[in-house]
Amino acid sequence: MGKYLEMIRVRFLMMLAYRTNYYSGILIYSINIGAYYFLWNAIYGGKGEIEGLSVIQMTTYVAVAWMARAFYFNNIDREIAQEIKEGKVAVEFIRPYHYLLMKTMQGLGEGIFRLSFFSIPGMIIVSLIFPIEFSAAFSTWMFFMVAIILSFIVNTQINLLTGVMTFFFFNNDGLIRAKRVVIDLFSGLLLPISFYPGWAQNVMDFLPFQAISYIPSMIFTEGFTGSAVWEAILFQLVWAVILILPIQALWVIAKKRLIVQGG
Amino acid sequence: MKHTSIFFLYVAQYMKTRLTYRVDMLMEIMSDLLFQAVNLIFILVVFGHTNMLSGWSKDEIIFIYGFFLVPFAIFGAFFNIWDFNERYIVKGEMDRILTRPVHSLFQIILERMELESLFGVLTGIAVMIYAGSRLDLSLSWYDPIVFLFMVLGGAFVYAGIFILLASISFWSDSRTSIMPMMYNIGNYGRYPVDIYNKVIRFVLTWILPFAFVGVYPSAYFLGREEWYGYAFLTPVMGAVFFGFAIFMWNIGVTKYRGAGN
Repeated sequence: MGKYLEMIRVRFLMMLAYRTNYYSGILIYSINIGAYYFLWNAIYGGKGEIEGLSVIQMTTYVAVAWMARAFYFNNIDREIAQEIKEGKVAVEFIRPYHYLLMKTMQGLGEGIFRLSFFSIPGMIIVSLIFPIEFSAAFSTWMFFMVAIILSFIVNTQINLLTGVMTFFFFNNDGLIRAKRVVIDLFSGLLLPISFYPGWAQNVMDFLPFQAISYIPSMIFTEGFTGSAVWEAILFQLVWAVILILPIQALWVIAKKRLIVQGG
Repeated sequence: MKHTSIFFLYVAQYMKTRLTYRVDMLMEIMSDLLFQAVNLIFILVVFGHTNMLSGWSKDEIIFIYGFFLVPFAIFGAFFNIWDFNERYIVKGEMDRILTRPVHSLFQIILERMELESLFGVLTGIAVMIYAGSRLDLSLSWYDPIVFLFMVLGGAFVYAGIFILLASISFWSDSRTSIMPMMYNIGNYGRYPVDIYNKVIRFVLTWILPFAFVGVYPSAYFLGREEWYGYAFLTPVMGAVFFGFAIFMWNIGVTKYRGAGN
């Protein structure tokens, strides 16, 4: 366990060394949030609420969805693909840790860094510019914390899955890029899932993507209340467990058919 | 024409290198298509909940998006020099460019072109035909010519902004993230400017004129006469911005000191 904690710490410190890059990142996210803020205001027009969300809740949703993205987002799929292509992964196999777990911990170190130096200051800045409503209820904040941790886990698992696919496809830049687009759309980052037509919502209920952005954002904006919150967290938890299976299966198969292309 | 023949030589060379990795190129085009589809899906889903966006209908918004794709594709194919600072200034590649007897910007454009982006022209036209037929838009004989000027105007607006930003590197080679920021600001131009407040509208019209890439020129084809003045300014804005960018670039090149090694 100690070695994994150390990995989180090292990655955190590594990110800290390049922290100035992040100030401009906050500006970029604010620009994005701003674009959606005006767009949603126009969409709402005079309407009080759409699908149970008021316009202020919607603004809050957009802001928190982008800021939470900074926490769960990581590039470990790209890193894994790179290490497989360069053959470095062969060395990783003989080291005394689980490679995928190590990658997850690095992602977590990055996430914690971004949460403290990007999301929190970013959220404060954004809330000064746009009308955003923060919940006063302690329980909402607690549920939100649990939800973004689970969203990190699910997103990371999907990244691991895409990364490990490199063992089979050798070059999967296209897949990684396609995955990113799919996640932006189906995770609820751009649009709350409840805005989709009914049939699409039914399909998405059977996919893990809404665990990434929709659920934490809905909890934060109090779009989910009462038992819906518990159901949503259960949904995340179930997917976090289910996704372990394909990852482990692919990992075992990949280890058997490992071809090192260099290194 | 020396420049034309150099251009085609580069294109031929480019095709050869790209066609060696066909699957990779196909994947790239596919992921571009997917990206464009996501934006369309966004518009479609949003209009499941509203009929009008500040007085613009769903098909009009789709038309604007379709139009936007065309100049954006041309920009992406030739002027997408977002990594200029890192590639040419920090790594000193600019030294090599300057020793050759062709204009430096022209060479860089040739080296950095990504012709597969041009696929977006087809997507854009397809989207416009779809939206246009639902809106019963009629075409006059001169409309294709107007379209050409509007598209070039829009592409040159984009190109001008990015060349100006690239020129900054001649004075300061520190890494900035202005470039990715511009892509995000560019997205504002895809929607009617009347949804934004006055300040943003002013910026999108006169300072970072992204509105001339999407909504203003589209207004002409949509027959929105209240915007005709802005629509016909599109080629002018393109020429002015592009001309100014080249001017600043030429000054910048004289300030280039080389990275040394």
